[in-house]
Amino acid sequence: MTTTLTSHRPRPPAQPPTLRARRLPKWLPPAVALGALLVAAAIVYGAGIGGPVLVVVVGALLYLVGLFAAANAVEGRRSARNRTWSALIHSAFVLAVLPLASVVWTLVTKGLERFDANFFLTSMNNIGARDPEGGAYHAIVGTLIQVGIAALITIPIGILCAIYIVEYGRGRFAFAIRFFVDVMTGIPSIVSGLFVLAFWVLVVSPYFSSTGRPGFSGFAAALALSVLMLPTVVRSTEEMLRLVPAPLREGAYALGVPKWKTILRVVLPTALPGIVTGVMLAIARAAGETAPVLLVAGGGAAINFNPFENNQSSLALFVYQQAGDASRYAPARAWTAALTLVALVLILTVAAKLLARRNRLGR
Amino acid sequence: MAKRIDATNVTAYYGAFKAIENINLTVEPKTVTALIGPSGCGKSTFLRSINRMHEVLPGARVEGNLTIDGQDIYDRDVDVTAVRRMIGMVFQRPNPFPTMSIYENVVAGLRLNGVRRKSILDEAAEKALRSANLWDEVKDRLGKPGAGLSGGQQQRLCIARTIAVEPQVVLMDEPCSALDPISTLAIEDLMFQLKDKFTIIIVTHNMQQAARVSDRTAFFSIEKTGDPGRLIEYDNTQKIFSNPGQKKTEDYITGRFG
Amino acid sequence: MGETPHRSADAGTGGTRVTEGHQWPAGASARMAEAPVSVRTPGGPGLGGGGALPTARRFGAERAFRGLTLAAGGFVLVVIAAIAIFLIAKAVPALQANTENFWTFEGWFPNDAEPKFGIGALAFGTVLTATLALLVAVPIALGIALYLSHYAPRRVGTSLGFLIDLLAAVPSVVFGLWGREIFLNPVRDFSAWLNTYFGWIPIFGGDGPFGRSILLGSLVLAIMVLPIVTSLSREVFLQTPTANEEAALALGATRWEMIRTAVLPYGRPGIIAAVMLGLGRALGETIALAMTLGITFNISFNLIENGGNSIAANIANTFGEANETGRGALIASGLVLFAITLIVNITARAIIYRRREFTESAA
Repeated sequence: MTTTLTSHRPRPPAQPPTLRARRLPKWLPPAVALGALLVAAAIVYGAGIGGPVLVVVVGALLYLVGLFAAANAVEGRRSARNRTWSALIHSAFVLAVLPLASVVWTLVTKGLERFDANFFLTSMNNIGARDPEGGAYHAIVGTLIQVGIAALITIPIGILCAIYIVEYGRGRFAFAIRFFVDVMTGIPSIVSGLFVLAFWVLVVSPYFSSTGRPGFSGFAAALALSVLMLPTVVRSTEEMLRLVPAPLREGAYALGVPKWKTILRVVLPTALPGIVTGVMLAIARAAGETAPVLLVAGGGAAINFNPFENNQSSLALFVYQQAGDASRYAPARAWTAALTLVALVLILTVAAKLLARRNRLGR
Repeated sequence: MAKRIDATNVTAYYGAFKAIENINLTVEPKTVTALIGPSGCGKSTFLRSINRMHEVLPGARVEGNLTIDGQDIYDRDVDVTAVRRMIGMVFQRPNPFPTMSIYENVVAGLRLNGVRRKSILDEAAEKALRSANLWDEVKDRLGKPGAGLSGGQQQRLCIARTIAVEPQVVLMDEPCSALDPISTLAIEDLMFQLKDKFTIIIVTHNMQQAARVSDRTAFFSIEKTGDPGRLIEYDNTQKIFSNPGQKKTEDYITGRFG
Repeated sequence: MGETPHRSADAGTGGTRVTEGHQWPAGASARMAEAPVSVRTPGGPGLGGGGALPTARRFGAERAFRGLTLAAGGFVLVVIAAIAIFLIAKAVPALQANTENFWTFEGWFPNDAEPKFGIGALAFGTVLTATLALLVAVPIALGIALYLSHYAPRRVGTSLGFLIDLLAAVPSVVFGLWGREIFLNPVRDFSAWLNTYFGWIPIFGGDGPFGRSILLGSLVLAIMVLPIVTSLSREVFLQTPTANEEAALALGATRWEMIRTAVLPYGRPGIIAAVMLGLGRALGETIALAMTLGITFNISFNLIENGGNSIAANIANTFGEANETGRGALIASGLVLFAITLIVNITARAIIYRRREFTESAA
């Protein structure tokens, strides 16, 4: 032991002889950037291969190379690598902000064009290609009805399913349920639309309709949305139930409270804020779905309060249909509907997140 | 190898909160120095100031003068990574990298420093593990995850990881507080051996431990919550524990301190 | 690490995080509950919540509640089975009516008297657009996630992270609209530029027109999945134990080295899950692609010419004029899409599961 401790070995290269390190002067990185831009401009305009955008792109690449070379020469390889990665990470950020900011900007500027009372109080019924009016009232009604029904279906089933998985389920059956909930998470929205089409619209709905023929309906859309919401609700509820501390349950059991009552009176209320957050996020997602509504509710221009009969539209579908409409007034309607939809979804999301945050702080 | 640390008027902040104020002390090479004191008195803050780990926390900063063999640790031209390589640190809870094997954990520091040659790494790993009194326990399972070891073994693994880069000073922040008595004993033994080679500064809540392992002891205290921690007394361990110069020190080590 | 409860080990792409917060595996608390429930003295009205009901009904309630949760759990299995059954039932007649090879024929004429349709080109387009989108989005998303978790000042990181979460909730139809109305122009210019200078590479070849191409579709998809992947991986990065980060720093690591030693290895399963979730989204995305692709039915690697198609986009585009066979054909294509996403999901789960069980070893 002692021999190894005192044995002489050359110092590993790790040991710096001094703490001081040569640093790149503060002015150098900006200088490199400027130089890179100038060189890039010279290359691009000299060869006549592009405009200012290309100059910036080439300049950025040159800057990265130049920065690495300078740092490598002055500060050494490790520091050079650190600087380069740092620059890359920052540029990833800038690169992504540009399109996302553009999405937000166009959404707001173009969306506000038709953001008026007329838009929210009229439907598209009897609106021709030359009419500048027309609104999304019917679509808003459709979205609210469909999402509402979907939530009514999903929330009880989802929560009960999560309770089964967390509190009762054991063995292979529970595992299978967990597994298939995961599988359901991955179902593309269009597939859930096709399923409801094949099942409800084509097979079941003829029995209910007065004409005896298959028909689109808002309820069918709600079913499709339920298929999409269910796994999300199960998953978030499951996670929240697991967070409920075991001593809380045991305390109730020790008082002789039956298990089902413990779950309903102790476990669920404790997990409730988290569950509500999960449900709201699921609703927000469902509200933005276009494809299933397109397949099974059909869309329509008129106001329809009855979810069980006739076509119904939804905000997302309205955006899609207006975007594809040839009328020169359609894009403005599409943007305003998109803005409304985003506002609806974001209000739900923000509320859910704030709830989650408050809940976390409260603990 | 070992170097001397001088602190002059060291004051450290977390944002607006002043955690320690005007600490002056000198740590001699190849000694074990214990920092003791009640919770919140800033001993860990002071320890973390020595290898500039304090500033890792957002808003944290250090004023005053800290030197290692006369070189200013906080000089503007100083490379932080060089400071930390020279002054290693062992944390309160064992923190081996969970995704790495035992071997990879030990050589992690060397790999960072660009050592690639397998033979050098192997030799360094064995040497560090032997120095940490861990070699015999793990030599047959170097490829297994470091997180699979017991708490005491993990802490010794962390010590091995720290000394593998051959620092000059080793800081230990309550290294035994999460360990059982037997593992604690193993680490205390280890400290005796390591002081042949390194300057060791250890923060501990356990006064018996301070008395057992250290040559010099520094007692930190605070007036009341919210006040900055101050160095009350710094002397040979024996003196501190048998005949402290300050009333406060005596109160603390005899357990009369609130 | 080893004591992660086995139940959360297969927390799949739906929840990317191991539910480490709960102290007990769910089974444990369930088993613990057995004793008090069955041993309780019958008929003795307790003081607690359990005293109100007579014994017989109490047992009845317990059993009924358990049955209810079981039914909800079983419902998930029923839904999955129903999806498979109904889709297959509707797809088979159409497939039998198909006069061309379903896998290889490039074209989609299922509404003709002699139906001809093939999935090859559509599946190719689906996989190609999704893959390209991820190739673009993942590095950038990881860069932003690292920026938000480890580079940006904490307050900036938190608020921007919140913003990214909100962007992840924006419905895809909005991105589709933006891609079609705004993003099309720069992409068309860029495509023309690529064609001029890199036209000799087949993927950038062709004579135009450019714009509504695979490139546009993939980029819009990339921008869409970017917030999702970023948001999930940021959460993963933030969960890196501070102890490990400090350990790396205390060894003298630069910031980038700290990230490579402590953050990235720790977050790997979570990153894989995030990427796979993004891939699942991209594969199943309907509306954004239906609005941006040029819609052709051939297999081509050309990225910039008008064209491209995907299974989901094709369903949305051709559903309107589909007759019975046409719907069956679309449902068949939906089945293929379902199978592709299923494979991706199961692979992801297998990877994550293996990673969690076995922390890498070396030497």
